[in-house]
Amino acid sequence: MDLSNLVPVPVLLPLLAAGVTLILARHPAWQRVVSGTTLAVVAALALVLCVAADAHGPIVLWVGAWPDGLGIVLVADRLSSLMVLVSSVVTAIVVIFPSRRDIADGADGAPVSVFHPTFLVLTAGVSNAFLAGDLFNLFVGFEILLFSSYVLIMLGATRERVRAGSTYVVVSVLSSTLFLLALSIVYGATGTVSFAQLPERLAALDPGLQLVIQLLLLVVFGIKAAVFPLQAWLPDSYPTAPASVTAVFAGLLTKVGVFALIRLQTLLFPESPLTDLLLVVAILTMLLGILGALAQGEIKRLLSFTLVSHIGYMLLGIALGTGAGLAGAIFYIVHHILVQTALFIVVGLIERVGGSTSLARLGGLAAVPLLAVLYLVPALNLGGIPPLSGFLGKVALMDAALATESPLALVAVVAGVATSLLTLIAVVRVWQRAFWQERGDDDDRVHSLRVLPRIWVVAASALVGITVLLTVIAGPLSDFASRASVDIREGAYQAAVEEAMP
Amino acid sequence: MTPTLILAIAGGVLVAAGVYLLLERSLMRILAGVMLAGNGINLLFLVASGPAGEAPIVGADPEAIADPLPQAMVLTAIVISLATSAFLLAMSYRSFQLEGHDEVADDVEDAIVRRRAEADLSSEAYVDTAAGDTESGGRAVDDSEAGGRMETETGSRSEDEDVR
Repeated sequence: MDLSNLVPVPVLLPLLAAGVTLILARHPAWQRVVSGTTLAVVAALALVLCVAADAHGPIVLWVGAWPDGLGIVLVADRLSSLMVLVSSVVTAIVVIFPSRRDIADGADGAPVSVFHPTFLVLTAGVSNAFLAGDLFNLFVGFEILLFSSYVLIMLGATRERVRAGSTYVVVSVLSSTLFLLALSIVYGATGTVSFAQLPERLAALDPGLQLVIQLLLLVVFGIKAAVFPLQAWLPDSYPTAPASVTAVFAGLLTKVGVFALIRLQTLLFPESPLTDLLLVVAILTMLLGILGALAQGEIKRLLSFTLVSHIGYMLLGIALGTGAGLAGAIFYIVHHILVQTALFIVVGLIERVGGSTSLARLGGLAAVPLLAVLYLVPALNLGGIPPLSGFLGKVALMDAALATESPLALVAVVAGVATSLLTLIAVVRVWQRAFWQERGDDDDRVHSLRVLPRIWVVAASALVGITVLLTVIAGPLSDFASRASVDIREGAYQAAVEEAMP
Repeated sequence: MTPTLILAIAGGVLVAAGVYLLLERSLMRILAGVMLAGNGINLLFLVASGPAGEAPIVGADPEAIADPLPQAMVLTAIVISLATSAFLLAMSYRSFQLEGHDEVADDVEDAIVRRRAEADLSSEAYVDTAAGDTESGGRAVDDSEAGGRMETETGSRSEDEDVR
């Protein structure tokens, strides 16, 4: 079978399964089985794509085989197949968590049966955004995932969720509008939106117009990726959603924005890295994000701020505009998707066991050793303790930054080290307060993992296990990331798309 | 290509009006702003599509037909903005049901952090290390200094629990 026919499957299969789970609305157990299996199959296929893209170069499918490149093109190069692989692994694990009660998460009467269909559509949108071969299809992928995320973030529509969700929806709609504006300018100026044709035609434009398009798209993807100064919506809106939803949002959605930034900076504007601007933005994102985290007294909000700050590391890698920087950024994206999702899932467990996520109310969780381990390992990983993958990713990025010998990159390295230390302080505070602080006298709850369904503990352990495994396979993975960055920078993408044109 | 000036101006005016409305707090006005800006951008797509021509049907003279691609994009954009409007309407209605108005409120936790900063209190996550090895741990600090939070918290949390 021609491998290129596998490319659309990560988009189609979840959409199909979304329909099936809608039919199964009255059978939540079956819904869970269907979505878990679907996402596991997608993960397996993504692995095949990953291996194939590594062996044979980008796999391209012109959907419908329209002549002369009129149709939609889907491309699985090393980067996008790796992203699809990681995202489907994460979603496959997270989707088995929520029972009806957890989806509602305190919102009585929430339409919990829509959770699985919406979640599957979300994953389809994420895959579509990763595989899209043109700007407009990328826009459509964004819209698919955004609309599902609107539903998921406001599930049950409690007062708190509507307030937080309103901010999220309005900001997202605004960024979509800007994206559309950018698309109309791009099409008006070049007559195409295809990633394969754009680089050449953009380069032929007036430099001023090029810069306008680039900055407009930077703003659009910057909003999605929560880059300073466009990050304020994130810590406000993510924490109110149900735990499993927050976990996937935090892990995946911002990374789709970062992925789009990589495509923009490497594929569309390889000649205009805007290194200084992006380095300053990266430094500010790192520092302001982590300083925000230190002021928080609520674990989910604290982690949302660390999420913002660590986007800065990926941006640092992209800003450098070198192969090593890009490879570091790709490695860091993979690491961060997994670690951030694992942490939010563990916080979901903490919420169930300890009854709160507020640091002032939690305490004595150290009585549950397994939970403590599940928290501590990804937390230290996030903080960048050797030999975990967070440390390796940060070292790779800093190495790449130092290799450019620019003074601003040196500042970025210093900021990166400071952020790493401050992250450690933030997560260790949670460790100290939630796990070791003595509980109040009025609190006579018995802390035990037995309040949780066993599959939760197993799934959370699996996720944390994968983050540790990432450390073990860091060598092959970073080689893969380097090859992916070579792929992107040396025009393999355009060549493969042209070659496959029917 | 010479773009149509009137379309470009109309699109610009619509987007400007949309941006003005987007800056409001009321969700209904934001909705109107999104729709105006969206339609303005759809007009800009028409500007981008170049001169008018015959209906783009396979087999027609390629020189005489209008560029079909922007039309397809605008169609997609219109469908998406329809869905956006429907969702925003539902959201604004829900907000009206819960609050009696549809204005987007400030972040509650942010307000707490800000109030603690104004009152010159340490952040909630702060652990007093001097007191850390005594029996009280971080909690004593919290009890004495958490005044700022307690006030706001009882407000917001009790509302929260009502809903639950």
